[in-house]
Amino acid sequence: MGDDDSLTPEIHPAGPDALLLRFALTPCPAAMAAAQVLAAQLERDPPEGVVEIAPALVSVLLRFDPAITQRATLAQAVLTRADAIASRHMAPPPPTRRWTIPAAFGGENGPHLEQVARKLSITPAAAIAQVCDSELRVLAIGFAPGQPYIGLLPEPWDLPRLSDLTPSVPAGAVVVAVRQIVMFGAPSATGWRQIARSAFRTFLPERAEPMPLRPGDAIRYAPVSDSEIAALARHEDGLGGAKLEVLA
Amino acid sequence: MTHLTIERADGLLTVQDLGRPGYLAQGLSRGGAMDRRALFEASALLGHDSPLAAIEMAAAGGVFTVSQPTRVALTGAPMMATLDDSPLRWHATHLLQPGQKLRIGGAQAGVYGYLTPAGGITCAPWLNSRAAHLTCGIGALLQSGQGLPCGVDDTPDAPPRIVDAQPRFNGGLLRIAPGPQTDLFDTETLERFLGAEFTRGARGNRQGVQLDADARFTSRFAAGLASDVIGPGDVQMTGDGIPYVLMAECQTVGGYPRIGSVVPADLPIIAQAAPGTRLRFQMLTTEQADASFRSDTSQIAETRARCRNLIRDPATITDLLSYQLIGGVTAGTELEENTCA
Repeated sequence: MGDDDSLTPEIHPAGPDALLLRFALTPCPAAMAAAQVLAAQLERDPPEGVVEIAPALVSVLLRFDPAITQRATLAQAVLTRADAIASRHMAPPPPTRRWTIPAAFGGENGPHLEQVARKLSITPAAAIAQVCDSELRVLAIGFAPGQPYIGLLPEPWDLPRLSDLTPSVPAGAVVVAVRQIVMFGAPSATGWRQIARSAFRTFLPERAEPMPLRPGDAIRYAPVSDSEIAALARHEDGLGGAKLEVLA
Repeated sequence: MTHLTIERADGLLTVQDLGRPGYLAQGLSRGGAMDRRALFEASALLGHDSPLAAIEMAAAGGVFTVSQPTRVALTGAPMMATLDDSPLRWHATHLLQPGQKLRIGGAQAGVYGYLTPAGGITCAPWLNSRAAHLTCGIGALLQSGQGLPCGVDDTPDAPPRIVDAQPRFNGGLLRIAPGPQTDLFDTETLERFLGAEFTRGARGNRQGVQLDADARFTSRFAAGLASDVIGPGDVQMTGDGIPYVLMAECQTVGGYPRIGSVVPADLPIIAQAAPGTRLRFQMLTTEQADASFRSDTSQIAETRARCRNLIRDPATITDLLSYQLIGGVTAGTELEENTCA
Protein backbone atom coordinates (compact mmCIF):
# COMPACT_ATOMS: atom_id res chain seq x y z
CA MET A 1 0.00 0.00 0.00
CA GLY A 2 1.22 3.49 -0.74
CA ASP A 3 3.45 2.24 -3.55
CA ASP A 4 3.71 4.86 -6.27
CA ASP A 5 3.31 2.30 -9.04
CA SER A 6 0.22 0.50 -7.83
CA LEU A 7 -2.53 2.69 -6.49
CA THR A 8 -5.42 0.67 -5.14
CA PRO A 9 -8.52 2.86 -4.94
CA GLU A 10 -10.88 1.67 -2.22
CA ILE A 11 -14.36 2.79 -1.25
CA HIS A 12 -15.26 2.92 2.43
CA PRO A 13 -18.37 4.01 4.31
CA ALA A 14 -18.01 7.26 6.25
CA GLY A 15 -21.25 7.58 8.12
CA PRO A 16 -24.76 6.91 6.85
CA ASP A 17 -24.71 9.65 4.23
CA ALA A 18 -21.10 9.64 3.06
CA LEU A 19 -18.42 7.52 1.51
CA LEU A 20 -14.69 7.89 1.19
CA LEU A 21 -12.62 7.04 -1.86
CA ARG A 22 -9.02 6.46 -0.80
CA PHE A 23 -6.10 5.92 -3.18
CA ALA A 24 -3.52 4.91 -0.55
CA LEU A 25 -2.99 4.86 3.18
CA THR A 26 0.14 6.98 3.20
CA PRO A 27 0.70 10.36 1.55
CA CYS A 28 2.65 9.19 -1.49
CA PRO A 29 2.81 11.70 -4.37
CA ALA A 30 0.97 9.48 -6.88
CA ALA A 31 -1.99 9.04 -4.53
CA MET A 32 -2.00 12.77 -3.76
CA ALA A 33 -2.11 13.59 -7.47
CA ALA A 34 -4.86 11.02 -8.07
CA ALA A 35 -6.98 12.47 -5.24
CA GLN A 36 -6.67 15.93 -6.77
CA VAL A 37 -7.67 14.66 -10.20
CA LEU A 38 -10.67 12.84 -8.80
CA ALA A 39 -11.78 15.80 -6.68
CA ALA A 40 -11.59 18.12 -9.69
CA GLN A 41 -13.53 15.65 -11.86
CA LEU A 42 -16.22 15.24 -9.23
CA GLU A 43 -16.52 19.01 -8.76
CA ARG A 44 -16.96 19.45 -12.51
CA ASP A 45 -19.38 16.59 -12.94
CA PRO A 46 -20.83 15.44 -9.61
CA PRO A 47 -22.74 12.15 -9.62
CA GLU A 48 -26.44 12.48 -8.90
CA GLY A 49 -27.33 12.91 -5.25
CA VAL A 50 -23.92 14.20 -4.12
CA VAL A 51 -24.33 17.15 -1.74
CA GLU A 52 -20.73 17.74 -0.64
CA ILE A 53 -17.24 16.96 -1.93
CA ALA A 54 -14.32 17.25 0.48
CA PRO A 55 -10.83 16.31 -0.73
CA ALA A 56 -8.07 15.35 1.69
CA LEU A 57 -4.47 14.43 0.83
CA VAL A 58 -5.02 10.96 -0.65
CA SER A 59 -8.79 10.62 -0.40
CA VAL A 60 -12.02 12.33 -1.31
CA LEU A 61 -15.11 12.28 0.89
CA LEU A 62 -18.53 12.50 -0.72
CA ARG A 63 -21.68 13.23 1.21
CA PHE A 64 -24.90 12.23 -0.51
CA ASP A 65 -28.62 12.55 -0.01
CA PRO A 66 -29.89 9.03 0.77
CA ALA A 67 -33.31 10.09 -0.55
CA ILE A 68 -31.79 10.62 -4.00
CA THR A 69 -29.07 8.00 -4.38
CA GLN A 70 -27.99 4.68 -2.88
CA ARG A 71 -24.58 4.05 -1.35
CA ALA A 72 -23.88 1.14 -3.72
CA THR A 73 -24.83 3.12 -6.84
CA LEU A 74 -22.65 6.05 -5.90
CA ALA A 75 -19.77 3.81 -4.79
CA GLN A 76 -19.74 2.05 -8.15
CA ALA A 77 -19.77 5.33 -10.08
CA VAL A 78 -16.92 6.82 -8.04
CA LEU A 79 -14.82 3.66 -8.05
CA THR A 80 -15.06 3.45 -11.84
CA ARG A 81 -13.71 6.98 -12.15
CA ALA A 82 -11.00 6.37 -9.55
CA ASP A 83 -9.82 3.16 -11.22
CA ALA A 84 -9.44 5.02 -14.51
CA ILE A 85 -7.42 7.76 -12.81
CA ALA A 86 -5.23 5.27 -10.91
CA SER A 87 -4.41 3.18 -13.97
CA ARG A 88 -3.51 6.14 -16.15
CA HIS A 89 -1.42 8.03 -13.58
CA MET A 90 -3.08 11.25 -14.62
CA ALA A 91 -1.45 14.52 -13.66
CA PRO A 92 -3.61 16.96 -11.71
CA PRO A 93 -5.65 19.24 -13.95
CA PRO A 94 -4.22 22.71 -14.53
CA PRO A 95 -5.24 25.12 -11.78
CA THR A 96 -8.11 27.48 -12.48
CA ARG A 97 -6.91 30.09 -9.99
CA ARG A 98 -3.51 31.22 -8.77
CA TRP A 99 -2.65 33.16 -5.62
CA THR A 100 0.58 35.10 -5.33
CA ILE A 101 1.23 35.56 -1.64
CA PRO A 102 3.94 37.88 -0.26
CA ALA A 103 6.02 36.30 2.50
CA ALA A 104 9.02 37.41 4.55
CA PHE A 105 11.57 34.58 4.84
CA GLY A 106 14.12 33.97 7.56
CA GLY A 107 14.98 36.05 10.61
CA GLU A 108 12.25 36.31 13.19
CA ASN A 109 9.65 35.64 10.48
CA GLY A 110 11.33 32.34 9.64
CA PRO A 111 13.39 31.17 12.60
CA HIS A 112 13.97 27.68 11.14
CA LEU A 113 15.02 28.77 7.63
CA GLU A 114 18.76 28.39 8.23
CA GLN A 115 18.32 25.00 9.84
CA VAL A 116 16.19 23.82 6.89
CA ALA A 117 18.76 25.11 4.38
CA ARG A 118 21.53 23.26 6.26
CA LYS A 119 19.54 20.04 6.12
CA LEU A 120 19.13 20.52 2.36
CA SER A 121 22.84 21.47 2.02
CA ILE A 122 21.96 24.70 0.23
CA THR A 123 22.09 28.37 1.16
CA PRO A 124 19.07 30.06 2.76
CA ALA A 125 18.74 32.15 -0.42
CA ALA A 126 18.59 28.98 -2.51
CA ALA A 127 16.00 27.49 -0.17
CA ILE A 128 13.84 30.61 -0.56
CA ALA A 129 14.23 30.38 -4.34
CA GLN A 130 13.19 26.70 -4.33
CA VAL A 131 10.02 27.51 -2.39
CA CYS A 132 9.16 30.49 -4.58
CA ASP A 133 9.88 28.64 -7.85
CA SER A 134 7.92 25.49 -6.95
CA GLU A 135 4.64 24.71 -8.68
CA LEU A 136 2.59 24.63 -5.52
CA ARG A 137 -1.07 23.71 -5.10
CA VAL A 138 -3.53 23.70 -2.24
CA LEU A 139 -3.70 19.94 -1.64
CA ALA A 140 -6.37 20.11 1.03
CA ILE A 141 -7.87 22.53 3.49
CA GLY A 142 -8.54 21.48 6.99
CA PHE A 143 -7.74 21.15 10.64
CA ALA A 144 -8.86 24.77 11.03
CA PRO A 145 -11.15 26.79 8.75
CA GLY A 146 -9.41 27.91 5.57
CA GLN A 147 -6.06 26.47 6.59
CA PRO A 148 -4.23 25.02 3.58
CA TYR A 149 -1.92 22.05 3.13
CA ILE A 150 0.25 23.16 0.20
CA GLY A 151 2.62 21.04 -1.89
CA LEU A 152 4.61 19.44 -3.04
CA LEU A 153 8.05 20.93 -2.46
CA PRO A 154 11.05 19.26 -4.18
CA GLU A 155 11.95 15.80 -2.85
CA PRO A 156 14.83 16.87 -0.59
CA TRP A 157 12.22 18.81 1.42
CA ASP A 158 10.86 15.51 2.75
CA LEU A 159 11.81 16.67 6.25
CA PRO A 160 10.39 14.94 9.30
CA ARG A 161 8.41 16.85 11.88
CA LEU A 162 10.41 18.20 14.84
CA SER A 163 10.40 15.95 17.87
CA ASP A 164 9.64 18.94 20.11
CA LEU A 165 6.66 21.17 19.44
CA THR A 166 7.29 24.88 18.96
CA PRO A 167 4.89 26.20 21.60
CA SER A 168 3.48 28.95 19.43
CA VAL A 169 3.98 30.28 15.92
CA PRO A 170 2.02 33.40 14.89
CA ALA A 171 -0.91 33.61 12.49
CA GLY A 172 0.42 33.64 8.94
CA ALA A 173 3.39 31.43 9.83
CA VAL A 174 4.60 29.47 6.79
CA VAL A 175 5.80 26.10 8.12
CA VAL A 176 7.27 23.11 6.31
CA ALA A 177 7.53 19.34 6.79
CA VAL A 178 7.14 16.23 4.61
CA ARG A 179 7.39 18.22 1.34
CA GLN A 180 4.41 20.31 2.38
CA ILE A 181 3.67 23.82 3.56
CA VAL A 182 1.02 24.77 6.06
CA MET A 183 0.10 28.41 6.43
CA PHE A 184 -1.44 28.87 9.87
CA GLY A 185 -4.64 30.88 10.18
CA ALA A 186 -4.24 31.45 13.91
CA PRO A 187 -1.39 31.23 16.42
CA SER A 188 -0.61 27.52 16.76
CA ALA A 189 1.70 25.05 18.41
CA THR A 190 3.48 23.01 15.76
CA GLY A 191 6.09 20.38 15.10
CA TRP A 192 6.70 21.83 11.64
CA ARG A 193 9.54 24.27 10.89
CA GLN A 194 8.72 27.94 10.38
CA ILE A 195 10.63 29.37 7.41
CA ALA A 196 8.55 32.47 6.64
CA ARG A 197 5.54 34.52 7.57
CA SER A 198 2.82 35.94 5.35
CA ALA A 199 0.20 38.53 6.24
CA PHE A 200 -2.45 36.39 4.51
CA ARG A 201 -5.22 35.45 6.93
CA THR A 202 -6.68 32.16 5.75
CA PHE A 203 -9.80 32.69 7.85
CA LEU A 204 -11.55 35.90 8.81
CA PRO A 205 -15.18 35.33 9.77
CA GLU A 206 -16.26 38.90 9.06
CA ARG A 207 -14.71 39.01 5.57
CA ALA A 208 -17.06 38.64 2.57
CA GLU A 209 -15.16 35.47 1.71
CA PRO A 210 -14.14 34.13 5.13
CA MET A 211 -12.11 31.20 3.76
CA PRO A 212 -10.70 32.36 0.40
CA LEU A 213 -8.49 29.38 -0.49
CA ARG A 214 -9.91 26.36 -2.30
CA PRO A 215 -8.42 22.92 -2.83
CA GLY A 216 -6.63 22.89 -6.19
CA ASP A 217 -5.67 26.59 -6.16
CA ALA A 218 -2.13 27.29 -7.37
CA ILE A 219 0.08 29.08 -4.83
CA ARG A 220 3.15 31.15 -5.52
CA TYR A 221 5.12 32.83 -2.73
CA ALA A 222 6.72 36.20 -3.46
CA PRO A 223 9.58 37.14 -1.12
CA VAL A 224 9.28 40.55 0.54
CA SER A 225 11.13 42.29 3.36
CA ASP A 226 10.20 42.18 7.02
CA SER A 227 9.03 45.79 6.89
CA GLU A 228 6.85 45.15 3.83
CA ILE A 229 5.14 42.20 5.49
CA ALA A 230 4.52 44.34 8.57
CA ALA A 231 2.90 47.00 6.36
CA LEU A 232 0.82 44.41 4.48
CA ALA A 233 -0.41 43.01 7.78
CA ARG A 234 -2.16 46.31 8.43
CA HIS A 235 -4.49 45.90 5.42
CA GLU A 236 -8.00 45.43 6.68
CA ASP A 237 -8.99 42.76 4.15
CA GLY A 238 -6.54 40.35 5.78
CA LEU A 239 -5.28 39.25 2.38
CA GLY A 240 -1.79 40.53 3.14
CA GLY A 241 -1.21 41.81 -0.38
CA ALA A 242 -2.07 38.45 -1.98
CA LYS A 243 -3.14 38.63 -5.63
CA LEU A 244 -5.67 36.24 -7.14
CA GLU A 245 -5.54 35.46 -10.87
CA VAL A 246 -8.31 33.49 -12.51
CA LEU A 247 -6.60 31.28 -15.05
CA ALA A 248 -9.42 29.31 -16.65
CA MET B 1 -39.03 41.79 18.07
CA THR B 2 -38.82 40.54 21.61
CA HIS B 3 -35.85 39.95 23.86
CA LEU B 4 -34.74 37.12 26.05
CA THR B 5 -32.37 38.37 28.70
CA ILE B 6 -29.83 36.20 30.45
CA GLU B 7 -30.07 37.74 33.90
CA ARG B 8 -27.49 35.29 35.15
CA ALA B 9 -25.47 32.63 33.31
CA ASP B 10 -24.57 29.68 35.53
CA GLY B 11 -23.56 27.05 32.99
CA LEU B 12 -21.68 27.46 29.71
CA LEU B 13 -24.34 28.96 27.48
CA THR B 14 -24.16 29.33 23.70
CA VAL B 15 -26.60 29.90 20.85
CA GLN B 16 -26.95 26.71 18.79
CA ASP B 17 -28.95 25.45 15.84
CA LEU B 18 -28.25 22.61 13.42
CA GLY B 19 -24.95 24.22 12.40
CA ARG B 20 -23.34 24.75 8.99
CA PRO B 21 -23.16 21.69 6.78
CA GLY B 22 -21.32 21.97 3.48
CA TYR B 23 -18.00 23.59 4.39
CA LEU B 24 -15.81 20.54 5.00
CA ALA B 25 -13.68 21.31 1.93
CA GLN B 26 -12.91 24.70 3.46
CA GLY B 27 -11.97 23.30 6.83
CA LEU B 28 -15.08 24.25 8.77
CA SER B 29 -16.93 21.50 10.62
CA ARG B 30 -20.70 21.60 10.87
CA GLY B 31 -20.86 22.49 14.55
CA GLY B 32 -24.33 23.11 15.93
CA ALA B 33 -26.15 21.58 18.89
CA MET B 34 -24.40 18.73 20.70
CA ASP B 35 -27.77 16.99 21.18
CA ARG B 36 -29.57 17.59 17.89
CA ARG B 37 -32.50 15.48 19.09
CA ALA B 38 -33.21 18.10 21.77
CA LEU B 39 -33.65 20.69 19.01
CA PHE B 40 -36.02 18.37 17.14
CA GLU B 41 -38.00 17.87 20.34
CA ALA B 42 -38.18 21.63 20.89
CA SER B 43 -39.34 22.26 17.34
CA ALA B 44 -41.96 19.53 17.61
CA LEU B 45 -43.23 20.98 20.90
CA LEU B 46 -43.42 24.49 19.49
CA GLY B 47 -44.92 23.41 16.16
CA HIS B 48 -41.99 24.49 13.99
CA ASP B 49 -41.26 22.77 10.70
CA SER B 50 -37.54 22.96 11.33
CA PRO B 51 -35.48 23.74 14.43
CA LEU B 52 -34.90 27.38 15.37
CA ALA B 53 -31.84 28.64 17.23
CA ALA B 54 -31.86 27.82 20.95
CA ILE B 55 -29.69 28.38 23.98
CA GLU B 56 -27.55 25.34 24.70
CA MET B 57 -26.80 25.09 28.42
CA ALA B 58 -23.85 22.91 29.42
CA ALA B 59 -24.15 21.45 32.92
CA ALA B 60 -26.37 24.26 34.27
CA GLY B 61 -28.65 27.06 33.15
CA GLY B 62 -29.18 30.42 34.80
CA VAL B 63 -31.88 33.02 35.22
CA PHE B 64 -33.85 34.26 32.21
CA THR B 65 -36.54 36.90 31.50
CA VAL B 66 -38.51 37.94 28.41
CA SER B 67 -39.74 41.32 27.17
CA GLN B 68 -42.99 39.96 25.65
CA PRO B 69 -45.21 36.98 26.52
CA THR B 70 -43.28 34.09 25.01
CA ARG B 71 -43.55 30.34 25.20
CA VAL B 72 -40.30 28.49 25.67
CA ALA B 73 -39.47 24.82 25.21
CA LEU B 74 -37.20 23.05 27.71
CA THR B 75 -35.51 20.01 26.21
CA GLY B 76 -32.33 17.95 26.40
CA ALA B 77 -30.70 17.11 29.73
CA PRO B 78 -33.38 17.54 32.43
CA MET B 79 -32.54 20.46 34.71
CA MET B 80 -34.34 21.84 37.76
CA ALA B 81 -36.54 24.65 36.48
CA THR B 82 -38.83 27.12 38.21
CA LEU B 83 -40.91 30.07 37.07
CA ASP B 84 -41.19 32.58 39.90
CA ASP B 85 -40.56 29.68 42.28
CA SER B 86 -43.21 27.35 40.79
CA PRO B 87 -41.58 24.14 39.59
CA LEU B 88 -41.71 23.55 35.86
CA ARG B 89 -41.80 20.29 34.06
CA TRP B 90 -38.90 19.50 31.66
CA HIS B 91 -39.48 18.21 28.08
CA ALA B 92 -42.33 20.69 27.85
CA THR B 93 -43.36 24.21 26.82
CA HIS B 94 -44.21 26.99 29.27
CA LEU B 95 -45.47 30.54 28.89
CA LEU B 96 -43.17 33.25 30.26
CA GLN B 97 -44.59 36.70 31.03
CA PRO B 98 -42.46 39.85 31.20
CA GLY B 99 -41.31 40.29 34.79
CA GLN B 100 -41.34 36.58 35.55
CA LYS B 101 -38.05 34.88 36.28
CA LEU B 102 -37.25 31.52 34.72
CA ARG B 103 -34.59 29.79 36.81
CA ILE B 104 -32.80 26.78 35.38
CA GLY B 105 -30.49 24.89 37.72
CA GLY B 106 -28.01 22.07 37.28
CA ALA B 107 -28.50 19.00 35.11
CA GLN B 108 -30.05 16.10 37.00
CA ALA B 109 -28.87 13.69 34.33
CA GLY B 110 -27.04 14.30 31.09
CA VAL B 111 -25.03 17.41 30.22
CA TYR B 112 -26.71 19.68 27.67
CA GLY B 113 -30.11 21.30 28.29
CA TYR B 114 -31.82 23.52 25.72
CA LEU B 115 -33.98 26.61 26.14
CA THR B 116 -35.82 27.46 22.92
CA PRO B 117 -38.04 30.55 22.73
CA ALA B 118 -41.07 30.05 20.44
CA GLY B 119 -39.78 32.60 17.94
CA GLY B 120 -36.24 31.27 18.06
CA ILE B 121 -33.12 33.29 18.85
CA THR B 122 -32.69 35.72 15.95
CA CYS B 123 -29.14 37.03 16.37
CA ALA B 124 -27.32 37.65 13.06
CA PRO B 125 -26.53 34.46 11.17
CA TRP B 126 -23.08 33.67 9.74
CA LEU B 127 -22.92 31.32 6.75
CA ASN B 128 -26.64 30.55 7.23
CA SER B 129 -26.37 29.51 10.86
CA ARG B 130 -26.53 31.22 14.23
CA ALA B 131 -24.57 28.47 15.97
CA ALA B 132 -21.58 29.51 18.04
CA HIS B 133 -18.49 27.56 16.94
CA LEU B 134 -16.11 28.44 19.74
CA THR B 135 -13.20 26.41 18.35
CA CYS B 136 -13.22 28.61 15.23
CA GLY B 137 -13.92 31.84 17.07
CA ILE B 138 -17.50 32.14 15.81
CA GLY B 139 -19.82 33.54 18.46
CA ALA B 140 -19.01 33.49 22.14
CA LEU B 141 -20.19 32.19 25.48
CA LEU B 142 -23.30 34.09 26.58
CA GLN B 143 -22.77 36.40 29.52
CA SER B 144 -24.87 37.49 32.49
CA GLY B 145 -26.87 40.59 31.60
CA GLN B 146 -26.80 39.89 27.88
CA GLY B 147 -30.03 40.29 25.89
CA LEU B 148 -30.75 38.14 22.84
CA PRO B 149 -33.20 39.10 20.08
CA CYS B 150 -35.99 36.59 19.55
CA GLY B 151 -38.77 36.13 17.05
CA VAL B 152 -42.22 37.10 18.34
CA ASP B 153 -44.38 34.28 19.64
CA ASP B 154 -47.50 34.51 17.47
CA THR B 155 -49.55 32.19 19.66
CA PRO B 156 -48.47 32.68 23.28
CA ASP B 157 -51.86 31.32 24.39
CA ALA B 158 -51.29 27.94 22.76
CA PRO B 159 -51.70 25.20 25.38
CA PRO B 160 -48.57 23.85 27.07
CA ARG B 161 -47.21 20.76 25.34
CA ILE B 162 -45.14 17.89 26.60
CA VAL B 163 -43.07 15.36 24.69
CA ASP B 164 -42.11 11.81 25.52
CA ALA B 165 -38.38 12.42 25.31
CA GLN B 166 -36.26 9.62 23.96
CA PRO B 167 -34.12 8.32 26.83
CA ARG B 168 -30.45 9.16 26.34
CA PHE B 169 -29.20 10.74 29.55
CA ASN B 170 -27.65 7.77 31.34
CA GLY B 171 -25.25 6.22 28.85
CA GLY B 172 -25.66 2.65 27.69
CA LEU B 173 -25.09 1.09 24.31
CA LEU B 174 -23.62 3.08 21.44
CA ARG B 175 -24.05 1.59 18.00
CA ILE B 176 -21.10 2.20 15.72
CA ALA B 177 -20.71 1.68 12.01
CA PRO B 178 -17.55 0.54 10.22
CA GLY B 179 -15.59 3.46 8.82
CA PRO B 180 -12.69 3.94 6.40
CA GLN B 181 -10.12 2.71 8.94
CA THR B 182 -11.95 -0.02 10.85
CA ASP B 183 -9.95 -2.63 8.91
CA LEU B 184 -6.69 -1.13 10.18
CA PHE B 185 -7.44 -2.63 13.61
CA ASP B 186 -6.84 -6.34 13.97
CA THR B 187 -9.68 -8.66 14.93
CA GLU B 188 -8.41 -9.17 18.46
CA THR B 189 -8.28 -5.40 19.15
CA LEU B 190 -11.71 -4.90 17.62
CA GLU B 191 -13.22 -7.68 19.74
CA ARG B 192 -11.58 -6.33 22.88
CA PHE B 193 -12.99 -2.88 22.07
CA LEU B 194 -16.50 -4.24 21.57
CA GLY B 195 -16.28 -6.24 24.80
CA ALA B 196 -14.96 -3.39 26.92
CA GLU B 197 -16.92 -1.18 29.26
CA PHE B 198 -16.00 2.49 29.05
CA THR B 199 -16.68 5.43 31.26
CA ARG B 200 -16.96 8.92 29.90
CA GLY B 201 -13.65 10.49 30.86
CA ALA B 202 -12.97 13.81 32.52
CA ARG B 203 -11.85 15.41 29.27
CA GLY B 204 -14.63 16.42 26.98
CA ASN B 205 -16.09 19.43 25.26
CA ARG B 206 -17.87 20.36 22.05
CA GLN B 207 -14.87 19.06 20.04
CA GLY B 208 -14.71 15.59 21.46
CA VAL B 209 -15.19 13.32 24.44
CA GLN B 210 -12.55 11.08 25.97
CA LEU B 211 -13.45 7.57 27.08
CA ASP B 212 -11.72 5.65 29.86
CA ALA B 213 -11.15 1.91 29.97
CA ASP B 214 -8.55 -0.40 31.43
CA ALA B 215 -7.46 -1.57 27.99
CA ARG B 216 -5.77 0.31 25.13
CA PHE B 217 -6.69 -0.02 21.47
CA THR B 218 -3.96 0.65 18.95
CA SER B 219 -3.49 -0.01 15.27
CA ARG B 220 -0.15 -1.06 13.80
CA PHE B 221 -0.91 1.27 10.87
CA ALA B 222 -1.16 4.33 13.11
CA ALA B 223 2.20 5.85 12.17
CA GLY B 224 2.44 7.51 8.79
CA LEU B 225 -1.26 7.47 7.93
CA ALA B 226 -2.32 10.26 5.59
CA SER B 227 -4.87 12.48 7.31
CA ASP B 228 -8.36 12.31 5.92
CA VAL B 229 -11.73 13.86 6.55
CA ILE B 230 -13.18 13.24 10.00
CA GLY B 231 -16.56 14.02 11.48
CA PRO B 232 -18.87 13.83 14.51
CA GLY B 233 -19.25 10.29 15.82
CA ASP B 234 -15.85 9.06 14.66
CA VAL B 235 -14.09 7.09 17.41
CA GLN B 236 -10.46 8.13 17.10
CA MET B 237 -7.60 6.35 18.88
CA THR B 238 -4.87 8.67 20.06
CA GLY B 239 -1.26 7.49 20.01
CA ASP B 240 -1.79 5.86 23.42
CA GLY B 241 -4.79 3.89 22.17
CA ILE B 242 -7.25 5.94 24.22
CA PRO B 243 -10.54 6.52 22.40
CA TYR B 244 -12.01 9.94 21.73
CA VAL B 245 -15.43 10.34 20.19
CA LEU B 246 -15.42 13.37 17.89
CA MET B 247 -18.27 15.79 18.42
CA ALA B 248 -19.91 18.83 16.80
CA GLU B 249 -16.87 21.14 16.73
CA CYS B 250 -14.24 18.57 15.79
CA GLN B 251 -11.53 19.49 13.33
CA THR B 252 -12.24 18.51 9.72
CA VAL B 253 -9.17 16.39 9.01
CA GLY B 254 -7.26 14.11 11.30
CA GLY B 255 -4.52 11.52 11.24
CA TYR B 256 -5.29 9.28 14.20
CA PRO B 257 -6.89 5.97 13.17
CA ARG B 258 -10.62 5.64 13.73
CA ILE B 259 -12.12 2.33 14.75
CA GLY B 260 -15.63 3.25 13.61
CA SER B 261 -18.28 5.92 13.86
CA VAL B 262 -21.15 6.25 16.31
CA VAL B 263 -24.36 6.32 14.27
CA PRO B 264 -26.09 9.73 14.28
CA ALA B 265 -29.11 8.27 16.07
CA ASP B 266 -26.89 7.42 19.08
CA LEU B 267 -24.73 10.57 19.11
CA PRO B 268 -27.09 12.26 21.62
CA ILE B 269 -26.22 9.46 24.08
CA ILE B 270 -22.53 10.31 24.00
CA ALA B 271 -23.24 14.06 23.99
CA GLN B 272 -25.34 13.63 27.11
CA ALA B 273 -22.94 11.28 28.91
CA ALA B 274 -21.69 13.12 31.99
CA PRO B 275 -18.19 12.22 33.24
CA GLY B 276 -18.30 8.76 34.79
CA THR B 277 -21.27 7.57 32.73
CA ARG B 278 -20.87 3.98 31.52
CA LEU B 279 -20.86 3.24 27.81
CA ARG B 280 -20.40 0.19 25.59
CA PHE B 281 -20.15 -0.22 21.84
CA GLN B 282 -21.96 -2.50 19.43
CA MET B 283 -20.68 -2.77 15.84
CA LEU B 284 -23.37 -2.69 13.17
CA THR B 285 -22.93 -3.66 9.57
CA THR B 286 -22.94 -0.77 7.11
CA GLU B 287 -26.40 -1.90 5.99
CA GLN B 288 -27.73 -1.85 9.56
CA ALA B 289 -26.18 1.55 10.18
CA ASP B 290 -27.65 2.98 7.00
CA ALA B 291 -31.05 1.60 7.99
CA SER B 292 -30.85 3.51 11.29
CA PHE B 293 -30.48 6.83 9.45
CA ARG B 294 -33.37 9.30 9.58
CA SER B 295 -33.47 12.59 7.74
CA ASP B 296 -34.06 15.72 9.80
CA THR B 297 -37.54 16.00 8.30
CA SER B 298 -38.58 12.51 9.31
CA GLN B 299 -37.07 12.95 12.79
CA ILE B 300 -39.21 16.03 13.33
CA ALA B 301 -42.31 14.20 12.09
CA GLU B 302 -41.58 11.22 14.36
CA THR B 303 -40.98 13.52 17.31
CA ARG B 304 -44.17 15.47 16.70
CA ALA B 305 -46.12 12.24 17.08
CA ARG B 306 -44.75 11.95 20.63
CA CYS B 307 -46.02 15.40 21.71
CA ARG B 308 -49.32 16.05 23.45
CA ASN B 309 -51.02 18.78 25.41
CA LEU B 310 -50.07 18.99 29.05
CA ILE B 311 -53.57 20.00 30.11
CA ARG B 312 -56.70 18.80 28.39
CA ASP B 313 -59.02 21.21 30.10
CA PRO B 314 -57.25 23.96 31.99
CA ALA B 315 -60.56 25.12 33.46
CA THR B 316 -60.91 21.99 35.56
CA ILE B 317 -57.41 21.85 37.01
CA THR B 318 -56.09 25.19 38.15
CA ASP B 319 -52.71 24.14 39.41
CA LEU B 320 -51.78 21.07 37.48
CA LEU B 321 -48.05 21.50 37.86
CA SER B 322 -48.18 21.29 41.64
CA TYR B 323 -50.65 18.43 41.37
CA GLN B 324 -48.20 16.46 39.30
CA LEU B 325 -45.40 17.17 41.71
CA ILE B 326 -47.38 15.83 44.64
CA GLY B 327 -47.56 12.69 42.56
CA GLY B 328 -43.81 12.38 43.03
CA VAL B 329 -42.51 13.52 39.69
CA THR B 330 -39.73 15.97 40.49
CA ALA B 331 -38.92 17.32 37.06
CA GLY B 332 -41.33 15.37 34.97
CA THR B 333 -38.56 13.31 33.47
CA GLU B 334 -38.18 10.07 35.34
CA LEU B 335 -41.69 8.92 34.55
CA GLU B 336 -41.22 9.82 30.91
CA GLU B 337 -38.02 7.84 30.78
CA ASN B 338 -39.63 4.81 32.36
CA THR B 339 -42.64 4.80 30.13
CA CYS B 340 -40.77 5.02 26.86
CA ALA B 341 -37.67 2.98 27.64
